Amino acid sequence: MFDLQGYGELVLKGFGLTVAVALLSLAISTLLGMIGAVAKLSKSRVARTIAGVYTTIIRGVPDLVLMLLIFFGGQMLVNDIGDWMGWEYIDISPFIAGTLTIGFIFGAYMTETFRGAILAVPRGEIEAGHAYGMTGPQTFFRITLPAMVRHALPSFGNNWLVLAKTTALVSVIGLHDMVYNAGAAGFTVKKPFTFYLLAAGLFLVITATSDIALRWTNKRYSSGVRKA
Amino acid sequence: MAETAPASNGAQPALVAEDIHKSFGDLEVLKGVSITAHEGDVIAVLGSSGSGKSTFLRCVNLLETPNAGTITVSGETIRLKPDGRGGLAAEDPRQIQRIRTRLAMVFQGFNLWSHMTALENVIEAPVHVLKVPKAEAVERAEAILEKVGVYEHRSYYPAHMSGGQQQRVAIARALAMEPAVMLFDEPTSALDPELVGEVLRVIRKLAEEGRTMIVVTHEMGFAREVSSETIFLHQGRIEEQGPPQQVFQTQRSDRFRQFLAGNLK
Ligand SMILES: Nc1ncnc2c1ncn2[C@@H]1O[C@H](COP(=O)(O)OP(=O)(O)OP(=O)(O)O)[C@@H](O)[C@H]1O
Ligand SMILES: [Mg+2]
Repeated sequence: MFDLQGYGELVLKGFGLTVAVALLSLAISTLLGMIGAVAKLSKSRVARTIAGVYTTIIRGVPDLVLMLLIFFGGQMLVNDIGDWMGWEYIDISPFIAGTLTIGFIFGAYMTETFRGAILAVPRGEIEAGHAYGMTGPQTFFRITLPAMVRHALPSFGNNWLVLAKTTALVSVIGLHDMVYNAGAAGFTVKKPFTFYLLAAGLFLVITATSDIALRWTNKRYSSGVRKA
Repeated sequence: MAETAPASNGAQPALVAEDIHKSFGDLEVLKGVSITAHEGDVIAVLGSSGSGKSTFLRCVNLLETPNAGTITVSGETIRLKPDGRGGLAAEDPRQIQRIRTRLAMVFQGFNLWSHMTALENVIEAPVHVLKVPKAEAVERAEAILEKVGVYEHRSYYPAHMSGGQQQRVAIARALAMEPAVMLFDEPTSALDPELVGEVLRVIRKLAEEGRTMIVVTHEMGFAREVSSETIFLHQGRIEEQGPPQQVFQTQRSDRFRQFLAGNLK
């Protein structure tokens, strides 16, 4: 059953792409989540409202629908801008669209994660930063951020695992990721089960590896908390 | 350098707070409080819960912005401007930051940075705010930690230390700034009774060295023996003020007598 008839390499290539999409989306979602969390906790009503609309939309619309909306909507937008600027026809890359969409979706979940983590940092520690002459950004980057990490990690890790699995969606917009390639290979050699099983196994490799990395990071960042 | 208190030049007071007013909404917490701390002064601030002691200290280093009043540190007056809502706001945030480095605060709840070791807590602001070279900051921090008796704990995280040790690290963090004035907000109130002594001994030692300090405290013995001036705050006003012998002996106001009756054991 596990004779891959030479198509193993194709699936592995897809695996590389899946990992790339996942890591890039993670970076985007972390950045968006940080901005979203700071916006949600800011004094500015405008910032709070924008962040609120963002997380509400993401929570309310299925990931698949968002993916398709951004892919086709992005294409329309690029076309319109292209017409207006007199460019040649530009094809929106499924890789960029897929990565951005997943980053955008998980940015909303990260917003909630980071918001909670920032709120978990004792007020007094932040205040001590100000009291010792730190600027706002200094207090944020030297006190709040490192102190919030351990509060954010469990939920961050969870988001990452779901994000990694959600990358399977990019196959619907034609990206040749692991799921797409597994499907194609399975169809060609008429062994879909074998190839999807292989894809499932490779996803497990990603999540298991992540679990180890997360546990290690967690230990590092809770050194100030747990009794030695 | 951290070992010796700044030499008194006798010219300008280390801290002058004049006619400080502060309200939270409709609640007027400070109704015109003024103090002057000359170099080497130890001012003990007494008062029952809610009398505005913490608010006053927090106004002095602008953790709260007063609604009215002026604050002058070593001759430099903090520039405040009307905020358009009947209060005041800092005119120049950089000035506030600079002045805060001259006023080191020790909090009731220690407020050490939990993700940093004791040593890291002490060198953090010198290195990143005062821009002292790291090696120099470490050397000085170690000397200060030694002095307050927590050198052996320099690589411990706050969570692994007792309250008394944490507060001594917090005092070391304040000393490392070589501040003009140290502000203590009930430094022993969060401690188990058996740990109060070790922290008070450190503060007493600093007083003897001639450091300028404002100490909000419920420790009457400490106020009596260590302070050069005792202030009793009641409902946002100074009710008693003077050398401790005088304040504790004459007890001019009824409020202060009642307060002492409830506090002196
Ligand atoms: N940020 C704030 N917002 C609203 N009210 C406040 C705020 N901070 C303090 N207060 C109120 O101001 C009053 C004085 O508080 P403050 O903390 O200065 O008292 P205190 O003398 O330090 O008391 P304690 O001995 O309990 O520490 C209290 O009634 C308190 O509820
Ligand atoms: Mg108080």
